[in-house]
Amino acid sequence: MADLRTEFVGIKSPNPFWLASAPPTDKAYNVVRAYKEGWGGVVWKTLGEDGPPVVNVSGPRYGAMHAGDRRLVGLNNIELITDRPLEINLQEIKQVKRDWPDRALVVSLMVPCVEESWKAILKRVEETEADGVELNFGCPHGMSERGMGSAVGQVPEYIEMVARWCKTHTRMPVIVKLTPNITDIRYPARAAKAGGADAVSLINTVSSIIGVDIDTFAPLPTIDGKGSHGGYCGPAVKPIALNMTAEIARDRETRGLPISGIGGVTTWRDAVEFMALGAGTVQVCTAAMTYGFRIVKDMIEGLSQYMDERGFRSVEEIVGRAVPNVTDWQYLNLNYVAKAKIDQDLCIECGRCHIACEDTSHQAITSMKDGKRHFEVIDEECVGCNLCVSVCPVEDCITMVPQTAGVDPRTGLANDRPYANWTTHPNNPMARPAAEVVAEPAE
Amino acid sequence: MSTISAPDIASGRLAPEDYRANFGDIHPPLDRHQALVESDRCYFCYDAPCVAACPTSIDIPLFIRQIRTENPKGAAETILSQNILGGMCARVCPTETLCEEACVREAAEGKPVKIGLLQRFATDVLMETGEQPFVRAPSTGRRVAVVGAGPAGLAAAHRLAMHGHDVVIYDARPKPGGLNEYGIAAYKAPDGFAGAEVDFILSIGGITVENGKALGRDIALSELRGAYDAVFLGMGLAGVNALGLDGEELPGAEDAVDYIGRLRQTDDLAALPVGRRIVVIGGGMTAVDVAVQSRRLGAEEVTIVYRRDRAAMGASAYEQELAATDGVVIRHNAQPLRLVTEGGRVTGVVFERTRSEAGALAATGETFTLPADMVFKAIGQKLVPAAFEEPGAALTLKGGKIAVDEERRTTLSGVWAGGDCAATGEDLTVAAVADGRIAAESIHRALSAA
Ligand SMILES: Cc1cc2nc3c(=O)[nH]c(=O)nc-3n(C[C@H](O)[C@H](O)[C@H](O)COP(=O)(O)OP(=O)(O)OC[C@H]3O[C@@H](n4cnc5c(N)ncnc54)[C@H](O)[C@@H]3O)c2cc1C
Ligand SMILES: Cc1cc2nc3c(=O)[nH]c(=O)nc-3n(C[C@H](O)[C@H](O)[C@H](O)COP(=O)(O)O)c2cc1C
Ligand code: SF4
Ligand code: SF4
Ligand code: SF4
Repeated sequence: MADLRTEFVGIKSPNPFWLASAPPTDKAYNVVRAYKEGWGGVVWKTLGEDGPPVVNVSGPRYGAMHAGDRRLVGLNNIELITDRPLEINLQEIKQVKRDWPDRALVVSLMVPCVEESWKAILKRVEETEADGVELNFGCPHGMSERGMGSAVGQVPEYIEMVARWCKTHTRMPVIVKLTPNITDIRYPARAAKAGGADAVSLINTVSSIIGVDIDTFAPLPTIDGKGSHGGYCGPAVKPIALNMTAEIARDRETRGLPISGIGGVTTWRDAVEFMALGAGTVQVCTAAMTYGFRIVKDMIEGLSQYMDERGFRSVEEIVGRAVPNVTDWQYLNLNYVAKAKIDQDLCIECGRCHIACEDTSHQAITSMKDGKRHFEVIDEECVGCNLCVSVCPVEDCITMVPQTAGVDPRTGLANDRPYANWTTHPNNPMARPAAEVVAEPAE
Repeated sequence: MSTISAPDIASGRLAPEDYRANFGDIHPPLDRHQALVESDRCYFCYDAPCVAACPTSIDIPLFIRQIRTENPKGAAETILSQNILGGMCARVCPTETLCEEACVREAAEGKPVKIGLLQRFATDVLMETGEQPFVRAPSTGRRVAVVGAGPAGLAAAHRLAMHGHDVVIYDARPKPGGLNEYGIAAYKAPDGFAGAEVDFILSIGGITVENGKALGRDIALSELRGAYDAVFLGMGLAGVNALGLDGEELPGAEDAVDYIGRLRQTDDLAALPVGRRIVVIGGGMTAVDVAVQSRRLGAEEVTIVYRRDRAAMGASAYEQELAATDGVVIRHNAQPLRLVTEGGRVTGVVFERTRSEAGALAATGETFTLPADMVFKAIGQKLVPAAFEEPGAALTLKGGKIAVDEERRTTLSGVWAGGDCAATGEDLTVAAVADGRIAAESIHRALSAA
């Protein structure tokens, strides 16, 4: 069993798997069950100001996107922050932290953009002896209409200002949770850093309409005939979250800023991917809401197995390992050639690769050979685009084989030409002389 | 040598609920959820092998996708546009040797997409609505005679009616449907499905069915050729092969297809007598069907005896397994030598063991006797050419069946043929439907050109 312990902005947890601030962390009952199953930490469901709590709809608040076999790949919600009284939440947090001292317990907060409000709530949270706070600048629905959540997260100046207030008024670590509903994630991340935040976490949910009821012509989920946009999460948002994580990890200004990765984490593999792109911990919501807390067992076991096999002694060794390999398109090696290859023993002859390539790509896969059904890549036509690999129903049946010797029959060019990218390409009107070019500007 | 005892043939061997269970749907239909889960498994293959393996070339990936997108009526139309008996075929096709054998998921995991059950799901949804999805073209005023209201004749008639021709079907039997009504195993199409499907097919209009009218007895081919613009022969195989043994006409020996016909037509299965010990001679679908149905009527010992080896059996591996599951014993490499008769009835069969030698069957001289209360002959049906043979207008035969070309034209002008009576593909419901449709399109082309 590998050592999965993590220390994130000073907060210790037995493993990097935290539950994100959401229904799974709404109250002591849930959180205790989660800890019992092995979750390393939780970010408590977002608390609001003292006073009458917010009110949720009493109709459907979720909508889902399903893939084959009704596998839930995307979840959309119109839930608000906690609808339980502040006092009760605080009492429970205090008790839970006392009972589970080895687990991380971070408290998510969202109060109006007024310094006094933040100061007041921070004081109350400190009394619980929770490990830290996460500022919810991400919720894209409901709360944002009231000037909170993503309404703050979309204005870097506000992020910086609130982060600074929080750092001024508490000794606890401050994590800023970012919204993906912006054009360039680096600006809010830079603002968080400028405000003194200890870390960022991302992503919160993506603004979305999950579907339309084509009988009633109302958006889903429908509340008495009407619908409102919600926040989208689950496996389907993982690629968006991975990119944003990488953007922050490799940005000159925010490089090194601790990141808690969120968005579609469902398996230990997803977690490793987030960590490789710079996340020190991961947070999970939809996977737990789909399968229950028990899935963390697979996450812990899988990560441990992976680390043992790869010889990683600590989670820290994985963090950021893929960041140096994330680059801009212009620096990709245009002389690298790969061709698809079909393993005839694995091929079940469904023909999907053929029709995909034939109709929508490069007409590079046969459907017949000697009058018989047969699927084979035509190297003269294959551009190595990977579409066939993507549509083939059999794992590893089609692979992309790097071509390192000989000549590419499609272009007639040698396969072993040295690295060269777009910045020097003759077709590029802005090309620089070859001599000036490096793989990527070194820092 | 076993002793031959008095025949034990009785009705009502089982409790009423046993009959219901034994003769209910052998493959219960998929419900909506099951159909959605199963349809999800289809890869929507390009130039799909399952389609190539379907004699009627139903666009299987398309109809399965239509089920998946919750458009089962659209799926049914896709099916029925190629195969108007898609509902019956979904029930009786040996899918394990047709579409499902070819399914790429059979190659991938040994678990093909359940095409037959999905086809049934879609066609059931449509048939429950009572709608006829096809409309007749404006009347052409052309008239076509169809002989035989089996799958071939019905498929031809429906397609001809769709094209606006007027069709009269003549059938020797009291009810239309052919072997769907009289031959298919009861548990494959329970609850009067054959009749309901005939009604569905006829609801397109423009088709008249004349039952109790036999070609060669009540009507002559020359009359039909004179009175109609075209004739389609789909009269199946009305004759049965004989064992060629003494005593086969005595009580105790019975033709399997006749017995199944009675079983299919009875209102009360408990009233149908069945022996305690049954011997079935043959190795095809009919042999398995009569054996299994005898077991399900309460027969204690049922033995199928086939003269060649297992691989040569006409019944598919799946059907043999079904028989075994139902407690039927299958014995290979033994041919009937002699019927044992006692008091004017057949009471057993003496078999001689055989050996397959260089493709040929050799007798070994070694014999054994199986006592039987009933012996079923299931060694194949044959065409009765007398029905259409007329001086000066003979149809050419091929291998004992009516010779036809690609378009199902016979050698006699204006006469088409298809289904079991024609020398085309396998003797299967779906193959008969394909013939009927192909012939109808050819007739339509011929009539449109004229
Ligand atoms: C016991 C049994 C079980 C079978 N099980 C299956 C199965 O599970 N799956 C499968 O795919 N196939 C099965 N088959 C085969 C299938 O039933 C036939 O291939 C199919 O019915 C052929 O259709 P058809 O229209 O050519 O002939 P038929 O269905 O035989 O129809 C011919 C019609 O013509 C009528 N007719 C005959 N002679 C005359 C005449 N002289 N004048 C007027 N009318 C006449 C008959 O009354 C009958 O209605 C089975 C066959 C048998 C015998
Ligand atoms: C029903 C629901 C309620 C949520 N409520 C909050 C919240 O109160 N505060 C918050 O910061 N994020 C909230 N989130 C966002 C999640 O914490 C998380 O960022 C998002 O779901 C992405 O992770 P996932 O793909 O693992 O679900 C909520 C998500 C869901 C589904
Ligand atoms: S990699 Fe692209 S071009 Fe090459 S065979 Fe596959 S789909 Fe066609
Ligand atoms: S998609 Fe895969 S399994 Fe299907 S034909 Fe192509 S290589 Fe074979
Ligand atoms: S072969 Fe199987 S998977 Fe492919 S289209 Fe046919 S039913 Fe679907």
